[in-house]
Amino acid sequence: MQIDPKKCVACANCVPVCPMGAIYIDPSINRATIDYEECVECGACYRGMSQERLNPSIVRLVRWVAGKFRFRFEPEPDICPTAAFVMDDLDWPRIVRRVFSDPLVEHTSTGIHGRGTEEVKTNDITHRVGVGEVGYVIEFGRPGVGVRFREIQVMTMALAELGVAFEAKNPVTHLMVDAARGRLKEDLLDEKILSAIVEIKTPIAEVPRVLESVSVVTKQIDTVVAVGVSTRCDEAGNDELLAPLLTDLDYEVARAKTNMGLGRVTNAQTAGTAQ
Amino acid sequence: MTNTLHRYGDAASFNDDYIIFAIPCKSKNDEGAVEKLKLFLGICTKHKPVNIGNSSFASYPPSSELEPSVHWKRRQVADPRSVINGVHRSATAAAVFDSIDKAAACLRDLIDADLGLSINVSTSVEGAKRVAADCGIRRHSVEYSLGFDDPHDNLPDRQVLELSTMCGHGMVSANLAKKMLELVREGRRDPSEAAVTLARFCPCGAYNPARAERLLRAGRTR
Repeated sequence: MQIDPKKCVACANCVPVCPMGAIYIDPSINRATIDYEECVECGACYRGMSQERLNPSIVRLVRWVAGKFRFRFEPEPDICPTAAFVMDDLDWPRIVRRVFSDPLVEHTSTGIHGRGTEEVKTNDITHRVGVGEVGYVIEFGRPGVGVRFREIQVMTMALAELGVAFEAKNPVTHLMVDAARGRLKEDLLDEKILSAIVEIKTPIAEVPRVLESVSVVTKQIDTVVAVGVSTRCDEAGNDELLAPLLTDLDYEVARAKTNMGLGRVTNAQTAGTAQ
Repeated sequence: MTNTLHRYGDAASFNDDYIIFAIPCKSKNDEGAVEKLKLFLGICTKHKPVNIGNSSFASYPPSSELEPSVHWKRRQVADPRSVINGVHRSATAAAVFDSIDKAAACLRDLIDADLGLSINVSTSVEGAKRVAADCGIRRHSVEYSLGFDDPHDNLPDRQVLELSTMCGHGMVSANLAKKMLELVREGRRDPSEAAVTLARFCPCGAYNPARAERLLRAGRTR
């Protein structure tokens, strides 16, 4: 992401908009500037802000006059008055920042936007997680902290030591060079992204051991970790296994995402194969 | 995406937060998905959602052609029709409701429509159970949020998190949420205006401006 210095009027509206806090006003040039190392290429500034396309020279003059009188103009907080943001083309490995951070970009490895995972949202069709099994979504960097792949690798290597299998249809798994050891591609380890999700699946008996390991590793990496655990409900639509176990482990679960079981295979070729 | 799973708050704070979303599964039921997603959003719109989205833009999209007068008179009207017409690819579509009755009524219509897409409800654990029971269906799978583990104190305070985590993709920054809280406290912005400002940054339409307005209003005195 770039800010065109010819257009920027240093109004600072964009400064709080950046999820990573990577935008600041550089007093030496009196323009908004992006900390390139901290920017995750999420596009929140470029796409989230509305634009006026005003003449920068006129805006600067008005701001200069108002500033002399200590007047404070109170603009709409989500507007870039001169449309100064420019989304630039990215090369490898920086391109992974955009792929993992911009929710409008599709992960080519899974064909899904956002974090690129289906989890149990399509479990009524994929049957990925069965009764007595638990799927884990271990998310790094969210909300608003960010994470580098080097920190994610600390977790994936620890999980690999537990002998768990990584979900094949997952963007982080796709970046592994050695899934048995949880190792990621070396040249992207220093890339920072807004967030990413590692997915694994185990029998339900493994839940305490896996969650304990995740907790231990989380203390070793400088980011925030959010964990989701999922399971298939029984024939009556109840979960008599995982929920009680989480209570026993002292988790206070307030929120959940529930698949209502309305999906089915409808593609002509796939349905024919299934029959 | 776990775009809606890790919203910050206790179960009671999700009483006005029910997200229903439809997701096609690649090579399983994505043929004709665009038309099905349009139908899904059309059904949802009948039940007066507070936001809808098509994975590209939502009911309160940002504008690239504003006039300077916008600083004194900003249009705050939701535009669900554009969202429905704007579905152009097989992706997640979402609708946000501010009551369990609306969510349950919508789900009943979705059951009748039999779109074949996976339908998920994101809210409190008990809220989703009640919606399923009201509609006479059995839950298929459930994914629980175990919350955030932040041993290095990277996260902002609770009030900010409640507002910023409603965009699970992280497009609503903590600093912007904090700024909106301060503008409301200082009487410089109405809570409804501030809530819509935050919602504009969430392109998926999962942001709940009704809950945000309630939180911002409560934040005046907290």
